[in-house]
Amino acid sequence: MAERSFAKEVEHLRLGDGEVFRGEAILAITKGLLQAGVSYVGGYQGSPISHLMDVLADAKDILGELGVNFQSSANEATAAAMLSASVMYPLRGAVAWKSTVGTNVASDALANLASGGVTGGTLVIIGEDYGEGSSIMQERTHAFAMKSQMWLLDPRPDHTCIVDLIAKGFELSEASNTPVMLEVRVRTCHMHGHFVAKDNVRPAFSLDDALNTPKRDLGRIVLPPAAYEHEQEKIARRLPAAIDFVRRNKLNEWFGPADGCVGIILQGGMYNNVIRALQYLGLSDAYGNTQVPLYVMNVTYPLIDSEVAEFVQGKDAVLIVEEGQPDYLEQALNTVLRRRDIQTPLHGKDVLPMAGDYTIQAIMNGVQAFLDKRAPQLLGNRPPVPDARPVLADPKVVHLKSVVPPRPPGLCTGCPERPIFAAMKLVQQELGEHHVSADIGCHLFSILPPFNIGTTTMGFGLGAASSAAFSQSGGKRSIAVMGDGGFWHNGLTSGIGNAVFNKHDGVFLIVDNFYSSATGGQDILSSRAPNKNRKTNNPISKAVAGVGATWVREVDRTYDVGRMRAVLKEALTTKEEGPKIIIASSECMLNRQRREKPLVAKAIKGGQRVVKERFGVDEDVCTGDHACIRLSGCPSLSVKQLDDPLRDDPVAAIDNSCVACGNCGEVSEAAALCPSFYRAEVVHNPTGWDRFKAKLSMALIGFLQQRRDRRRIVAEAA
Amino acid sequence: MRNETLRLPLAAAGAATERPITIAIVAMGGQGGGVLSGWIVQLAEDAGWVAQSTSVPGVAQRTGATIYYVEMMPPANGQRPILAQMPTPGDVDIVLASEFMEAGRSILRGIVTPDRTTLIASNHRSLAISEKSAPGEGIADSGAVVEAIGVTARQQIIFNMDELAVRNGSVISSALFGALSGSGALPFSREDYHAVIKRDGKGVTASLKTFDAAFDRVVNPPPPPVVLENAPAKQAAPAAADPRFAGLLTSLRETLPEPAWAMAEAGLRKVVDYQDERYGREYLEILGHVQSIDRLAGGEAHHYAFTENAAKYLANAMTYDDVIRVADLKTRATRRARIAREVGAGPQHILGTTEFMHPRMEEIAGMLPAGFARWLKSRQGLYGWLDRKVNKGRRVRTYSPGWFLVLYVLGGMQWLRRGSLRHAEEVAHREEWLRCAYDLVGSNYELGVEVLKCRRLIKGYSDTHARGLSKFDKVLAEIRRIAPRFDAAVWARRLRETAIKDGEGGDLDGLIRTLHTLD
Repeated sequence: MAERSFAKEVEHLRLGDGEVFRGEAILAITKGLLQAGVSYVGGYQGSPISHLMDVLADAKDILGELGVNFQSSANEATAAAMLSASVMYPLRGAVAWKSTVGTNVASDALANLASGGVTGGTLVIIGEDYGEGSSIMQERTHAFAMKSQMWLLDPRPDHTCIVDLIAKGFELSEASNTPVMLEVRVRTCHMHGHFVAKDNVRPAFSLDDALNTPKRDLGRIVLPPAAYEHEQEKIARRLPAAIDFVRRNKLNEWFGPADGCVGIILQGGMYNNVIRALQYLGLSDAYGNTQVPLYVMNVTYPLIDSEVAEFVQGKDAVLIVEEGQPDYLEQALNTVLRRRDIQTPLHGKDVLPMAGDYTIQAIMNGVQAFLDKRAPQLLGNRPPVPDARPVLADPKVVHLKSVVPPRPPGLCTGCPERPIFAAMKLVQQELGEHHVSADIGCHLFSILPPFNIGTTTMGFGLGAASSAAFSQSGGKRSIAVMGDGGFWHNGLTSGIGNAVFNKHDGVFLIVDNFYSSATGGQDILSSRAPNKNRKTNNPISKAVAGVGATWVREVDRTYDVGRMRAVLKEALTTKEEGPKIIIASSECMLNRQRREKPLVAKAIKGGQRVVKERFGVDEDVCTGDHACIRLSGCPSLSVKQLDDPLRDDPVAAIDNSCVACGNCGEVSEAAALCPSFYRAEVVHNPTGWDRFKAKLSMALIGFLQQRRDRRRIVAEAA
Repeated sequence: MRNETLRLPLAAAGAATERPITIAIVAMGGQGGGVLSGWIVQLAEDAGWVAQSTSVPGVAQRTGATIYYVEMMPPANGQRPILAQMPTPGDVDIVLASEFMEAGRSILRGIVTPDRTTLIASNHRSLAISEKSAPGEGIADSGAVVEAIGVTARQQIIFNMDELAVRNGSVISSALFGALSGSGALPFSREDYHAVIKRDGKGVTASLKTFDAAFDRVVNPPPPPVVLENAPAKQAAPAAADPRFAGLLTSLRETLPEPAWAMAEAGLRKVVDYQDERYGREYLEILGHVQSIDRLAGGEAHHYAFTENAAKYLANAMTYDDVIRVADLKTRATRRARIAREVGAGPQHILGTTEFMHPRMEEIAGMLPAGFARWLKSRQGLYGWLDRKVNKGRRVRTYSPGWFLVLYVLGGMQWLRRGSLRHAEEVAHREEWLRCAYDLVGSNYELGVEVLKCRRLIKGYSDTHARGLSKFDKVLAEIRRIAPRFDAAVWARRLRETAIKDGEGGDLDGLIRTLHTLD
């Protein structure tokens, strides 16, 4: 079981009719699914939707009561394929993942699903990881919705609106036999708010009903000639059905005066920030009473031509606020206007940024530019808008730019991956630089200081695959890094299997930290802790042996830097052909601490004998060259300035957050750095024997120390 | 166009000024920024307000810089406010920073502005990797942040909240919450804040204690510390416990110019502690020679910078790190006391330490009498065999009788030092270095001083030490070559700075090549 408990959040899922839910939107979405009578939920964890997966994983009881089947899918393709249960049966299903990366992986299954169409409502919760705080390439999920014709919901950032759209989304899906995507951006997922809950609904038609009365319809399977009919059906039947549903149920919203000389069309997700921008310009109050007519698209695909026409009719000009690129919506709107020969000018990315976060400032500037062009009188006497430029221009602030250091993310204190990369750095010092293809996961932080290891990252689980081109080279061997998460996501087949089959001569390093750590410590096949709901403890070594790998080395304590270095060196130099696979295993320290800290505290309280360890640096032995830090980067290993006039440079120092993983000691030992590191062992509640031994040795030690101190020349007056 | 519009007699439509209270929390991942924003939301909701928090944790939750954002406003005649999802530069009322450079970063984001922002920041530092890994001194200047705060914040509440939190057994979020309450920036009472913490349920007592401490610290701040002007050189020689040392001190003050006293005393203390009284006298004799050369070179005009720097770097040169030194330091009573203090080990505990040592034959040979050591090194076969026996990582249980005895004996071998190979090498190297300084200081005073400062390049053990030596030699050779230049001192400084950063952003050979092109 992942070491973090979501019991508290799970209670939110039990809220009944009329009770008020308070919490993050992603949790509200989870509750919304249960209220909508979903039969099965799958997905793959990742920011910003990890929380949905984590909470459902801990909600076994509730799901049981409702007859809901929840799965942590092997990857997003698995999750998408899971939706096929709704093709023939009136089963509501939902899956969730981080996008666009997850949608990339899922798109094969999604395309097939969208072609044949669905009977039961299917909803894909899209965590749109775009803009500030994103960890992936900057793209839009919108493209997938258009190419496979799946409807795309982009709700206003408001819990009630989002939860309602989940229910409506299922209905829309059923009314148009089309899968529906619900897009929520990072800030919205983590947004705290509230809504009035409804009772959870147990699906009328259960999974068992489906299994007991199987149905099939050749017309739903993607194979000629059906595939051709599907395309016609999409246009002729499903699209009109969807448009009709969206209109009748007023999924899109109108705000502000019915008539105005100009108006703004916007994605639902942009609403809050557009209102703030209008407020700065004196065109709205804080409660959303806007002076400018707004057409809020909670449904960004399909576009409802008639609604657009209705909104644009009689206006001098219209602005479209659409975040991200390409400007799909602006293009679509222009097509609508041309087709209907409406002459109203449309502005969009000519006054707003083409790419990047639509910050309030960006929106404000865009709207202002738009009004300057088309309705300057609206700007009235132009109340002063917030502007930090004068402050930022102050010389003292300008100077600060050159002072504040960047603070990139890094491996946690005691992370078991640190010694792996320290060993790699040492090996490269010996054998020269090698080509290293990296993967997605915590280990990707190796590309940042202080390690600076890794050349490319091609997507989750593709670290091994992305060294494929170098499989037969006679040059220095390539090294591919992959985490256990990526390994089970697809790396076993795409990377290791492929390497074995093609006799790849390179080195493949699998970092096994017992969890899918980067996404929040979820369990995976090779997790070591028992899990009553899943089958864990399936070693990676067996899997790679299973696909025919022969040169396999396991390092079961990555902190053994010497061993780690030796194994890496052997892998890079051995004569043996085929992939050299190293499985480096140690538990993710974050999760380990979550489990052990309370236990240790309890044991000490309970009077049990406990040895607490911590590392330290002898400041008068350390010479302040910081070589140890360049091989570690541990948050608890820092430097401090001594008040010794003879010293120029700060010396290394370890703070109380140290968890005694041993990396710094092992490294300084393996690299023969310096003898200033020590490990302090403090015995709590020592036994009588402990005390006896300590007494004797300290008596001897004390005697010797006094003997020498007597002979010392003491400078300071006592 | 714009000008006409400016003359339009229209009033602003909405009351653009009636806006929610906006709060940004800038923190590093894992610093409890989430907890704090949760508390603030709770605080507002308890008062019947509408509150919304957002964040973009992403990968930043792994020690990276991140930001949480909260907006709060009372509902009006049944209408709920529409709250924004991100801070807008120039429109943030309160910024809470859990680390000082992060406070600086928030200023660069433009969310701290003189017209509205209350900046509540802890001025403790948690160093960024670039500051820590920099060879030599790379710590960012907090003074720059202080200056910027002065011109950007409307109200500033700055103190070490981390230290305060630790002292009260809690974490920094409690201290920030207390400081927020004390600042009066939010229209809620201290009791309201208490209620929120109490409801949280986790570590309530410690959190409340910390909260109150921070609150009081804000409401009645301590008087600014009085600055004592430091002129240690002026005072009479400090009373030494040991007559032998007292003797050395007096002769120091007799021979050396006053500006060099403080440094020389520190140096003297170090060399005597390192070896013995005689070594201290040796140190003073060399310094005596240094100061005579300094005077000849017109050192008076330079406040005897040459002598002062010699006092500093000669002491470091004479107290090179060897096995004896390390063993001695590791076996001292003061060291054990310091560790016990750091790890909080009391009489109820038992403290032990394990050293991570990796001796090589190199170090052993260094200890041996020069002649014998040289002979040994000439016998490659034997030497290699010995190295294979010695050269491996060893875990040393410092306070086990056996190991302690070994370290103790090694630590007492100063008598072996003077005759040892390492000492011979160090002395030779030291003299060459000083000679170079003597030669140059006469013609170019600054350059002479720069040469002395180059000693800083030599530090570390084994490979690090070897690299340091080679850099040192390169730099010195180059300095000798460019000595005739009028701007030699400037180049010498650049050479040293580059050498310190060499391989980590600095390119010594590159700079030397450039220098060659100059003439």
